Amino acid sequence: MAGVEKKSIDPASLKMIEKAASDEVSLAFDRAAALKPCPIGAEGSCCSNCSMGPCRIPLPRGREETPEEKRRRRGVCGATAETIAARNFVRMIAAGTAAHSDHGRKVTEVFLATARGKTPGYEIKDEQKLLQLAMDFGVEIGDRSNEAIATDIGQIALNEFGKQEGELLFLRRAPLKRQELWRRLGVAPRGIDREVVEAMHRTHMGVDQDYQNLLLQGTRTALADGWGGSMMATELQDVMFGTPAPVFSQINLGVLKEDEVNIIIHGHEPQLAEMMAVVAQDPEMAQYAKSKGAEGINLAGMCCTANEILMRHGVPIAGNFLQQELAIVTGAVEAMVVDVQCIMQGLADVAQCYHTKIMTTDPRAKIQGASHIEFDEHNAVESAKAIIKAAIDNFPNRGKNVQIPKEKSDLIAGFSHETINYLLGGIFRASYRPLNDNIINGRIRGVAGVVGCNNPRVTHDMQLEMVKELIKNDVLVLQTGCAAMASAKAGLMVPEAATEYAGHGLASVCEAVGIPPVLHMGACIDNSRILMAATAMVKDGGLGDDISDLPVAGAAPEWMSEKAIAIGQYFVASGVFTVFGVTWPTTGSKELTDFLFKDLEKLYGGMWAFEPDPIKAAQLMISHIDKKRKALGIDKARERVLYDMAMRRELEAV
Amino acid sequence: MSKIIASAAIRGAHKIVSQADQKWRQAMEKWGGSEPAGFPNTAYYLPVIYGILGIKVTKLADMEPVLKQCQSLLPPPVKETHPLPYLAPALDAGMATFFAEELIEAIRYIEEPDFYTKQEDPTADNIWLGAADDVILRKRGIEFVDGTAPGFAAILGAAPSKEIAAKIATELQQKNLYVFMCAENDGERFSEQLVQAGVQIGWPTRLVSFGPDITAAVFAIGFATRVALSFGHVEPGNYRKVLIYNKDRTFAFAMPLGYVTDEWYANAAGAINFGFPTIADTPIPEVLPTGICTYEHVVANIPHDKIVAKAIEVRGLKVALSEVPVPVAYGPAFEGERVRGEDIYLECGGGRSRMVEWVTSKRMDEVEDGKVEVVGPEIGDVPADSKLPMAIVVEVAGRQMQEDYEPILERQIHHLINYAQGVMHIGQRDIAWLRVSKTAVEKGFKIAHIGAIIHAKLHQDFGRIFDKLQVKIYTVDDKVREIINKAKAVYAVRDARIEGMTDETTDIFYSCTLCQSFAPSHVCVVSPERTGLCGSYNWMDCRAAHEINPTGPNQPVPKGEILDSHLGQWKGVNEFVFKASRGKFDHYNFYSIIHDPMTSCGCMECIAAILPMCNGIMTVNREHMGMTPCGMKFTTLAGTIGGGISTPGFVGHSKYNISQRKFLSAEGGIKRLVWMPKSLKEEIAQRFNARAKEIGIPNLLEMVADETVGITEEEILPFLEKKGHPALTMEPLM
Repeated sequence: MAGVEKKSIDPASLKMIEKAASDEVSLAFDRAAALKPCPIGAEGSCCSNCSMGPCRIPLPRGREETPEEKRRRRGVCGATAETIAARNFVRMIAAGTAAHSDHGRKVTEVFLATARGKTPGYEIKDEQKLLQLAMDFGVEIGDRSNEAIATDIGQIALNEFGKQEGELLFLRRAPLKRQELWRRLGVAPRGIDREVVEAMHRTHMGVDQDYQNLLLQGTRTALADGWGGSMMATELQDVMFGTPAPVFSQINLGVLKEDEVNIIIHGHEPQLAEMMAVVAQDPEMAQYAKSKGAEGINLAGMCCTANEILMRHGVPIAGNFLQQELAIVTGAVEAMVVDVQCIMQGLADVAQCYHTKIMTTDPRAKIQGASHIEFDEHNAVESAKAIIKAAIDNFPNRGKNVQIPKEKSDLIAGFSHETINYLLGGIFRASYRPLNDNIINGRIRGVAGVVGCNNPRVTHDMQLEMVKELIKNDVLVLQTGCAAMASAKAGLMVPEAATEYAGHGLASVCEAVGIPPVLHMGACIDNSRILMAATAMVKDGGLGDDISDLPVAGAAPEWMSEKAIAIGQYFVASGVFTVFGVTWPTTGSKELTDFLFKDLEKLYGGMWAFEPDPIKAAQLMISHIDKKRKALGIDKARERVLYDMAMRRELEAV
Repeated sequence: MSKIIASAAIRGAHKIVSQADQKWRQAMEKWGGSEPAGFPNTAYYLPVIYGILGIKVTKLADMEPVLKQCQSLLPPPVKETHPLPYLAPALDAGMATFFAEELIEAIRYIEEPDFYTKQEDPTADNIWLGAADDVILRKRGIEFVDGTAPGFAAILGAAPSKEIAAKIATELQQKNLYVFMCAENDGERFSEQLVQAGVQIGWPTRLVSFGPDITAAVFAIGFATRVALSFGHVEPGNYRKVLIYNKDRTFAFAMPLGYVTDEWYANAAGAINFGFPTIADTPIPEVLPTGICTYEHVVANIPHDKIVAKAIEVRGLKVALSEVPVPVAYGPAFEGERVRGEDIYLECGGGRSRMVEWVTSKRMDEVEDGKVEVVGPEIGDVPADSKLPMAIVVEVAGRQMQEDYEPILERQIHHLINYAQGVMHIGQRDIAWLRVSKTAVEKGFKIAHIGAIIHAKLHQDFGRIFDKLQVKIYTVDDKVREIINKAKAVYAVRDARIEGMTDETTDIFYSCTLCQSFAPSHVCVVSPERTGLCGSYNWMDCRAAHEINPTGPNQPVPKGEILDSHLGQWKGVNEFVFKASRGKFDHYNFYSIIHDPMTSCGCMECIAAILPMCNGIMTVNREHMGMTPCGMKFTTLAGTIGGGISTPGFVGHSKYNISQRKFLSAEGGIKRLVWMPKSLKEEIAQRFNARAKEIGIPNLLEMVADETVGITEEEILPFLEKKGHPALTMEPLM
């Protein structure tokens, strides 16, 4: 078993990797070791967009390319390495945007149906947020019912996807300077679907063959994700299921229970998971479980679905992306219920070695070898019951080969940007002022978003080294997705972690507010919450007048999905310096890579960087933060200002 | 660490809310829901509840929704391990604490109507003053607005000894702060310690003994809330504005002395919402990161000799300290202190002997700067309880000095002398009155020190308009008589000159934006015939103030082209007002109450209001607590029209302005005046009658109704008809 330690730094995962080996089960970890990544695809130098190819035009290995070689490095149509890498890159953005936005669309459809009373079991939970949205969308409030308001909102929201002209409504939430910049560069998205379609068109054979122009459309598409589809999903989910507020829970495979029916909900969209969380509490279900010999029903989440029901209900998390197969290896999981995104086909194979049932529930995502029980939002309660019953029915089939790792960690989650606003001042003084103030006075050096996936090409959960390095240097870390789970498992998401891991300044602020130094903000779709938090910081003042002025940085150290590239691009285009790890998909073109790593900063104030070492990457982020602090003039300690009456007269009225 | 503070604050809030709940239930049982409830003489109900929640509590039954709010604000206790974020819940709990404390104190006013003195001073057997009424608020509030009092210290508990208490109090007074006192520590109370130490407490000395219990802390917060509502014109219920206003403009802090109980923590948490930090003398946990307060939130374990300085630094307050070479403490806080009976060592003027004060200009070579000469007996030459005549002659010289500045400098003498601890001064010119206490004499105070004070302070404050100043103080009768005669002649010339000035013949008016520290959109423009509504600034004062501080709140305003001579509107003034009000107003009229009247800050001496049925105008001064024919008391009126807004039908003005020629001349001037409080009539009778004579109705004052005639339009109309008041036959007002 040499090399097992390098596969993960999570002890629970290591135990299950060992168990899988002894059970002779093939995992993603093993396949990654057996299957080297295609070196030409990895650098973005393979074009398979037409049947004159695929054309493979890799850089020469181990030496500088000569000008002559560069001239000859073209596809059959004459496409340069720049065009090919840019097309591949933009297609990743388009796919990522499509994934988030199709999620957003589904949520919007359910929202509209709920407003119209067609989905019993769902409701308008967060009235305040509903009214906020009404104001954002210009929907009349008056003395209309929530349902009437929601119907209008739903229709406008749905229209955002298919809109052909104008610009997305949520762009107006961004700082004014940023909106103007987008308009000036022509990257303000018109409609969500339109940008994805146009990205696919322009990357088709023989269309857009200027990498900078391609990247403009890539940006416009990415913005249609972050300030479009993703934001829509988050906002409408909050209205229907409640805006997250701080909640205690637990994480890691240790949350599975020996004597209960273990059901894992895995995937991304919360509609099913929300209903499962409710139905699992139903005494009828508990009774049914008892009748099959189980003590109860234990619901646990995985991947971003887990984050959704963690944030809103405190449902424990079994693990992140690379633990999906490992959960089944425990032998204690009756059912793994999945919907869309990040669901490995390997699950079906692993499940064959145990009694676990893989249940697909979404017509858009079926897996050979899995059973399909379709989830119908219009009949949500009954659908959820059917799924849970099927899981309970499988309990008697649990075998003897059961090993649940003991590891589980406590965490506090539920930090929506609205909640952070409340936590910093209470009901009466809610604002981002204390955050800005403590950034200005240097207790907090800056803020970093560490997001993204797991990737078996690097040590699982190694990203927590980056997070530790950041908080040690007084950088407050905001997290979403599978990245958040890595930190939570390591105990970074409890308030006590501030004293143990964070620098003195950050720790003092965390201690004053009672928050962990690493804040869990939700699923990967909820990166829009980070955009809103950054905007709130700009609007509160004292840190410049655009997101690009803020001492902030972003990272996805273990990224693997196309969604991550879309997210990264919308962060860069929103003005954030963003570092990715693992591998970089455009290294086949030095010009394009330089454009992304340097020139974008001149356009957007944010740019990409690539650094696989998590500590070094953290240092890149910190030096960017310091650069921004210097530009803001907050790199030095300031004198305390004492106010006399004349200074009070100068104050603007509030 | 702040978890301990938050946990304690939340526990304390639970205790206080449940105490309020219990008291309310008992009170409901005893008196029923319709029993009136509230603090005395205020238009702001229970002010924190009204300001933050917008709920008007007028009877016991109104308390129920407030208690429900308290319950919903109360968070669960903080968990020991892995607690959920606690700062925000603790702040919410602190607000619930204040609401509950107001209920408790309001119920106390029902249960024990005489528990508090309900006045500015302690009585012989009761030192507890209770909530400040609106008269106190207006009077004291102005000091907050103009900077004479930059804020307050809320002291909880007691110092280790009465000597330390007195020392802390004096130090706070010297920093011009109000000291609001409540609660006990180990059986001792700060207020009682001060009394034991022989310190004079009460509103006049800024040492305010609110109450014996911690719940009286809410009177301090209620005062701050009302400052925002009245001077800041924040609408009740707009809690965010009330709180940020106080964070930015009221420089207050809490100073718990002694063991900090859960209830004290709850109050401290509540105060943080207002931006008021806590500075403690005990080793409690600290909360240093900033954000809700301007700087640190809780600072602990400060020794008593450093605690005042530390508090001021933490609150971010800059206090300009006067260095005056006298052996007693010196500062505005001592202005209201009285010297009485047994304690008098020396008395001058006040009907017992002659006294006069006179500032006069001299040539440069006639004045030796800093020279103080006492001609006649000094304090050491006379025994205790003596009376002497006195003439204070201040001779100034300088290139910038003008005759017009003499009365301005002269008017300073009153408060400058009064600022000395143990010295009391009343009046001015030839009706001045001085008392020096035995305590001050024991500390070494001499008559010559009066000269030293005048020299030092006038140089500090008015140094730009003169170069040299000397003081001669005569205490022999013949010399005093001689000075009085000279001075009287000068007074007559001065009065005639200022009387002769008109708005038409003056091209430059002066702004006064002193109050923008509290009413940011308010702009006074002072013309010769419309003095400032606060009564403190006439045109001449503004001009001098501008000379002294060219970039200060008094700026020259070239009136420019006249746009409406009837209403009193000028182009130049409008332009200035637009800029100085930060775009909120683009014009207003000097002489009208109906058509876009001038804005009012909150400091007005009087408020005029139209009485449609009488076809006239009434005015009421802020000392008058009773109802008026417009249906509102002064305090309600002030709350409605103050805060830097222009309200047609109402306008703030000074007492002096009533007898000026341009007083509401667009509506017909004093001929329209149909009602004034009796005391105001008496106060301004002399000048009013002169003006009445000028317009040919010498007995006008007799035709003006007052509260003895009635306090409704219906009641006073027959009186006006009987007297044949001219307003009744004037053209209709509306």
